[in-house]
Amino acid sequence: MLEAGPGRRHLPGGVMTLTAEPATETPPRARRPRRARVPAPLLLIGPSLVFMTALFAWPTIVGVGQAVTGDDGPTLAYLRRMFDDPYFWPAVRYTLLLIVVLIPLQFTFAIAMALLLRERPRFAGFHFYVWVIPLAISDLAAGLVWLSVFTDRGYLNSVLDHLGLDGYAWLSFQHKPTIFLAVVVAELWRATSLVFVIVVAGMQNIPKDYDEAAAVFGATYWQRLRHVILPQLRPSIQVAMILRTILALQTFAVAQALAGRDFPVLVGETYQWYSSLQNPHVAAAIALVVLLVSLATSIAYLRLLRVPAGEEAR
Amino acid sequence: MADIVIDHLVKTYPGATTRATDDVSLTVADGEFLVLVGPSGCGKTTLLRMVAGLEAPDGGTIAIAGRDVTDLPARERRLSMVFQSYAIFPHLRVRQNIGFGLTMRKVPKDEVDRRVREAAAVLELTDYLDRYPAQLSGGQRQRVAVARAIVVDAGVLLMDEPLSNLDALLRLQFRAELKRIVRRVGATTLYVTHDQAEAMSLGDRVAVMRSGRIAQLGPPIEVYDHPSERFVGGFLGAPPMNFVPATVRVNGAGPSLHIGEQVLPAPEHLDPYRDRAVLLGVRAENLEVATVQQPGWLTARVEVVEPTGASVLLTVRLGEHEVKVQAPPTFRVEPDSAVWLRPPVQSLRFYDAETGLVLAGAA
Amino acid sequence: MSARRRRRAVLLQAACVAVTLFMGVPLYLVTLAALSSRESLNRFPLPLLPTDVSTETLRTFLSSTGIVGSFLNSLTVGLSTVVLALLVGVPAGYALSRYTFRGRGPYQLFLLLTRALPIVVLSVPLAQVFLSAGLYDTTYAVTLLHTALALPTTVLITAAIFLSVPRDHEEAAVIFGATPLQAFLRIVLPQALPGIAAAAMFAFVMSWNEVLGAAVLTLNQRTLPAQVLSTLGDSPLAFRFAGGFALVLPALLFIAVMRKYLLNMWGTTLR
Repeated sequence: MLEAGPGRRHLPGGVMTLTAEPATETPPRARRPRRARVPAPLLLIGPSLVFMTALFAWPTIVGVGQAVTGDDGPTLAYLRRMFDDPYFWPAVRYTLLLIVVLIPLQFTFAIAMALLLRERPRFAGFHFYVWVIPLAISDLAAGLVWLSVFTDRGYLNSVLDHLGLDGYAWLSFQHKPTIFLAVVVAELWRATSLVFVIVVAGMQNIPKDYDEAAAVFGATYWQRLRHVILPQLRPSIQVAMILRTILALQTFAVAQALAGRDFPVLVGETYQWYSSLQNPHVAAAIALVVLLVSLATSIAYLRLLRVPAGEEAR
Repeated sequence: MADIVIDHLVKTYPGATTRATDDVSLTVADGEFLVLVGPSGCGKTTLLRMVAGLEAPDGGTIAIAGRDVTDLPARERRLSMVFQSYAIFPHLRVRQNIGFGLTMRKVPKDEVDRRVREAAAVLELTDYLDRYPAQLSGGQRQRVAVARAIVVDAGVLLMDEPLSNLDALLRLQFRAELKRIVRRVGATTLYVTHDQAEAMSLGDRVAVMRSGRIAQLGPPIEVYDHPSERFVGGFLGAPPMNFVPATVRVNGAGPSLHIGEQVLPAPEHLDPYRDRAVLLGVRAENLEVATVQQPGWLTARVEVVEPTGASVLLTVRLGEHEVKVQAPPTFRVEPDSAVWLRPPVQSLRFYDAETGLVLAGAA
Repeated sequence: MSARRRRRAVLLQAACVAVTLFMGVPLYLVTLAALSSRESLNRFPLPLLPTDVSTETLRTFLSSTGIVGSFLNSLTVGLSTVVLALLVGVPAGYALSRYTFRGRGPYQLFLLLTRALPIVVLSVPLAQVFLSAGLYDTTYAVTLLHTALALPTTVLITAAIFLSVPRDHEEAAVIFGATPLQAFLRIVLPQALPGIAAAAMFAFVMSWNEVLGAAVLTLNQRTLPAQVLSTLGDSPLAFRFAGGFALVLPALLFIAVMRKYLLNMWGTTLR
């Protein structure tokens, strides 16, 4: 029961009330001292922090060291070797070219696929299953799969032969454009699924009401697409784009399987320098180039694709 | 003796500027059913969770059955609790859910079985013992939560808005059943709700809370009939208590209340408050109402007529103020017509116009 | 109106079929190639239908030096990665889901960062590190790298899974006598198990498919992709086709099982 005291009065029925006169305050009891403990969350995330730092930060430092330190001490010789190598700048060119061509293609393809399924055609479940299989396929496997298609005695030339047309040396080192085409097709096949899944999930979060309201107010399909669906997909697309670009910078086994060094890419060159040419220093240097470019690209993306605050509210 | 003694409990959430509970002290007697009621944010749930051991107070102590439990973790406090969302484990059968507390305390299996069956019988869950929660309706899941709480036979039972997720009809039905079950079990019960009707119907005593403090504590009828402050009167009851500003004037015939232009005789004990502005509190059901002019009664104009079946709820305008009047179901009147009101003197309550607290000396 | 709608449905289905063919036919072709006899692979044009099914190519592939060993290595590394990633990642995911602690935001950012950046290229300096640690050319080395690759995703996925288990389940458990650990093991974990299983499968597949790191970090203890990669230049076409098939097969099985979870991870199921 509340104690009676100044400001508190007993009323009939055992009711305690406060009256209009102010009551004196009793100070709250002092807090008991508690034993100092490492907070639980820190203990739980600790191992992961240690792990990631050890396998990420440490190799970076070692890598920088490898790139600029030779047997006799600090040197820029390896960096110069890297820049002077006849395969380096083509590798840079091809890698960037891949990104510039692949990313828009993949996103258009993925969004188109998502829009197709959104219309709920028959066998949508089966289609979805097949479209998503490449997600779990390694880039090496993808390269080998398309190798069986594009190689001189492969399936594409076989089909052409059946149709009475001449075959073509798609992957010959003299035919750079078709090598590029083959790599693009293979990567398109392999890596679009990731973007597709992210876009589908993003689309399912768009409430149907917006779309239906637009339709009621007379918008055509393309108008709805442009003004309702795509803007709401923006966050998903942003995430997907950063991820995809970073991954595209690391294109390796696909090109390796299809064309080897006929189609140099940055990570491919890293591998070459490390394994065939037995020069971990230059390999590390190229690895760092990839790292830096990835970092720069992420930052650039985050700035470019930042949604202005006003638009977000829509 | 499983009583709960809460002493000067203080809690502020990190980042908040006001206290969630502001130096609250409260004793729940052994076997008593005490309801904490108040609007959201008043601190009732925080208080309950501190008693449960799910939140740690910044200051003050909690004692259960004479033991200081303030620093003890929840599982050592020997409590039982029903959660608002039921918190029934979906991967266990009903039988295992109900027996969870017993299993955790390493009670032998056959005794667990027996007690689970008994609790299930009380809550009419016997046919569902081997089902999974996903196969039950919301009302049945709620019963499982209650069964789980009563089967452990803890001295203290805590309930956090257990009925609020049920639909209105179920809520009403289960309210009576809950009261019956808790009485039968005999545990000391601390019950939180935001529904004032629920609080009134269930509690032996009701603690009305606001902004981290207990505004008033007492048996339901007393808190209803004699609110200690304007907030309590306005919170309990549907419709809430009417509050009309008035001025006390004293002349040769004694004190009178001036409500706008109209005058009512005032009880003698208001004499010390001459020339003061006060708030007149009167409940809708206590106002007598007539469609024919009565001498000495207050006049008002009808604005809205709501026949609720059991009564007719009138919204009338008394001078500048809106007043709710509960008339008998046969009362007939049209909007915009005049009515005459008389509050019986013994049903009037008087509050300080500024602080809202009941005037000292007022009956 | 109905004819128009029907035409639209037909076009829609045709488009879907076209995409499905694009995705599916190459898989069919590589399977065909792997299951053809040596002799039929030497023919030109290649048969487009399974007329000469034979396990000869696959058998030759499997008996090639190092292949069986690399299969076992891939399996070892994959399973170890799952175990290690879960051991380290599940508690972290739990912490993210239940606690608001200072540094929570930076931690999440850190995870996203490490996921986005190409750790794989760091396998070159990592090789150096492992050399000095005496771990070079072991499955341990590859496991460590793969765990680092899988960890961010594991933590974020398990955090989302634990978030879906209501906190008051744990509270109810401790009220009724469970210790925090018991509450986690008996109440939270069983409910989170499907999601954790999904995270585990993702980690396994990622490890199984990883090429560069495994190739750089090993010489003799190669995983299957690393082995195939290192012999790419010298191996006959048949070998490469069979290798492609062997790498693709687990993916097909994985997706068949994981189909439901894929969208649950990022959104709601495809209705």
